[in-house]
Amino acid sequence: MNLWSAISIGLKEIWSHKFRSLLTMLGIILGVSSLIAMSALVQGMENGMKEALIAIGGMEKVRIETQDIPANQAHLTDDAVGCTIDDVYALERSAPLVKEVTPEMRPPGYYRVTHGAKMPDWVNLVGTWPSALDMNDHVVQYGRMFNEIDDEAARNVCVIGTYIRDELFGAPEEVGHEIIPLGETININGEPFRIIGMFQRYESEQDRKERELTKEQPKTVQTGPARRRGHNHKGGGFVYGWKNRTIYIPLNTMWLRFRAATGTNSVPDPHLSALNIKVASFDKLEPALEQARNVLMSTHKGIEDFAFRTQEDWAENIQTAIRNARLSGGFIAAISLLVGGIGIMNIMLASITERIREIGIRKAIGATYAGIFIQILIESLVIAVLGGLAGLASSYALVHLLQAMSPTENTPVITVTAMLVAFLFSAAVGVLAGLIPAFKAARLDPIQALRYD
Amino acid sequence: MALVELRNVSKIYHLGGEEIRALDDVSLDIEAGEFISIIGPSGSGKSTLMHILGCLDTPTKGTIQIDGTMIQDATARQLAGIRNRKIGFVFQFFNLLPKLNVLQNVELPMVYGGLSARARRDRAMRALQMVDLENRSKHRPMQLSGGQQQRVAIARALVNDPKIVFADEPTGNLDSHTGEVILELLRKLSQEGRTIALVTHDPEIAAVTPRRIEIRDGKISRHIDPKLAGQPRVEPVGVSV
Repeated sequence: MNLWSAISIGLKEIWSHKFRSLLTMLGIILGVSSLIAMSALVQGMENGMKEALIAIGGMEKVRIETQDIPANQAHLTDDAVGCTIDDVYALERSAPLVKEVTPEMRPPGYYRVTHGAKMPDWVNLVGTWPSALDMNDHVVQYGRMFNEIDDEAARNVCVIGTYIRDELFGAPEEVGHEIIPLGETININGEPFRIIGMFQRYESEQDRKERELTKEQPKTVQTGPARRRGHNHKGGGFVYGWKNRTIYIPLNTMWLRFRAATGTNSVPDPHLSALNIKVASFDKLEPALEQARNVLMSTHKGIEDFAFRTQEDWAENIQTAIRNARLSGGFIAAISLLVGGIGIMNIMLASITERIREIGIRKAIGATYAGIFIQILIESLVIAVLGGLAGLASSYALVHLLQAMSPTENTPVITVTAMLVAFLFSAAVGVLAGLIPAFKAARLDPIQALRYD
Repeated sequence: MALVELRNVSKIYHLGGEEIRALDDVSLDIEAGEFISIIGPSGSGKSTLMHILGCLDTPTKGTIQIDGTMIQDATARQLAGIRNRKIGFVFQFFNLLPKLNVLQNVELPMVYGGLSARARRDRAMRALQMVDLENRSKHRPMQLSGGQQQRVAIARALVNDPKIVFADEPTGNLDSHTGEVILELLRKLSQEGRTIALVTHDPEIAAVTPRRIEIRDGKISRHIDPKLAGQPRVEPVGVSV
């Protein structure tokens, strides 16, 4: 009894009970397609989460912020200096595991950015160095980033995110074409700033696709008076929104225009709101942080008034969230596959009961135990494999359906691994479901089976 | 050495604590080329005898040798192999598989024998020619008459060129005329040198074979053998002289 004839017998058996076989397969089809759809959803989720993590600067980025002095050093509070530009120079000189250091200065208190009568609701105004581009994964699409000379001369120049453009000059969705406001002047707390560059628009993959789709369609005409329609936080998550609201100005400009006034003379205040550092590699995060800490302890006179903030927790959260989603989803899908397998076992048991006489005849003319066992097992496997293949096909439809109605912000992605796993799982279920019926059939006594009516 | 040698074979069943001797110390030889019938009423043990001869069952006691192989201790797998290669069965109810066509039914023993598809086809067609049904090879069993179905079954029994063919009431489900045709076919096969054992309850049918064995209550009660003519007759058991 070779494999091929066993398979052809299995197919014939399925074909002679079309409806029954289809119903049985349906269990496997649903199981396989739900397994694939589930994994596609989780994959989409993971992609979206990782995209956001990369958009914020990746795992190698560590933020150093001023923090409250620990209790055992409380008596030194008045000596604490906080983060200053000296830290940046010290780190650049003395911490080889730190690849890049970028200072970050925010204006104190309230500030407003205006152009004519227009004002965005909130902006992320930062005085920094040109290296901030690399540090925070920014891309200048139009114009240029300010350079060292702009910084040295403390020029009133700025590079803006697209949200600032949308608010101050008009969004392409509204005006119908892309406005590039290079050379325009905006007002930051009364100081005129020339726009010399604009970043690209940051958004998740999903949003980009959606936007490109809606671009083709005619714009819906707004009725009634023009108005703001509230925050449009649809998709993207806060990372993208936050990046699009960025305005970068040179660090020296920030100091001189917005911080010097706090002193009695015009010497810039060397304080920073934060430092961003990038470590050489994520594997060396621990030693790099240790190194940075040692350097900073010397510049901070041994007072630990700074703290590191890494993306480790975020990355770990992503991992846990994905693992949980995959586990629970996979578990549910696996149960539905198992139910499909029970259906197969049921139908195989019914099938061998109908075919006791046939099995008796086959045994009388020379079928061995193994011959019958394999035949029944293969029939069960054939049902499962056909169901599995149909499930692979129908999973595409299911995933499209999910895309249309799921609340997730990221497109479900069908992976080859998921398809392979689901298919192999269905085959395994077929074999498992066939074991008991195959055992029962193979064990039949030929004499009894031949007499059976 | 005889083709089949049965020595002191007993088959004992236990049914609710009661011991039933379906076969009781039976010894029997069948020579190659013989045409023999085993006669007995239902419950006499003739079916049990045929099952043991046909390697469908193993004896409780005694030895049995078929074509040089001792089979009383054989494993299920070995028995299946012997059934496949050395034994052909013809049943009362034909026992063809309804989902397969005539050719596939005849090919079936060779499928388990592991022959190539081409060799199976050739040999199955030759076997069908022997029973004059080669033009029905694509029909389903249900599309044939009873006599034709039994001829297909005979072709299937012969296709692996077995040492011995067992026919269990081969005419039992046929009208008398068709039954004659089948018996004629068996006789013809016997003349061609096949070893055939006919199992029946009907003495009239058994009359076609030269050698006859009567079974009653698990024992051989009467043995008619032309070769033994002139030698002392085995006295029928239970018949007073």
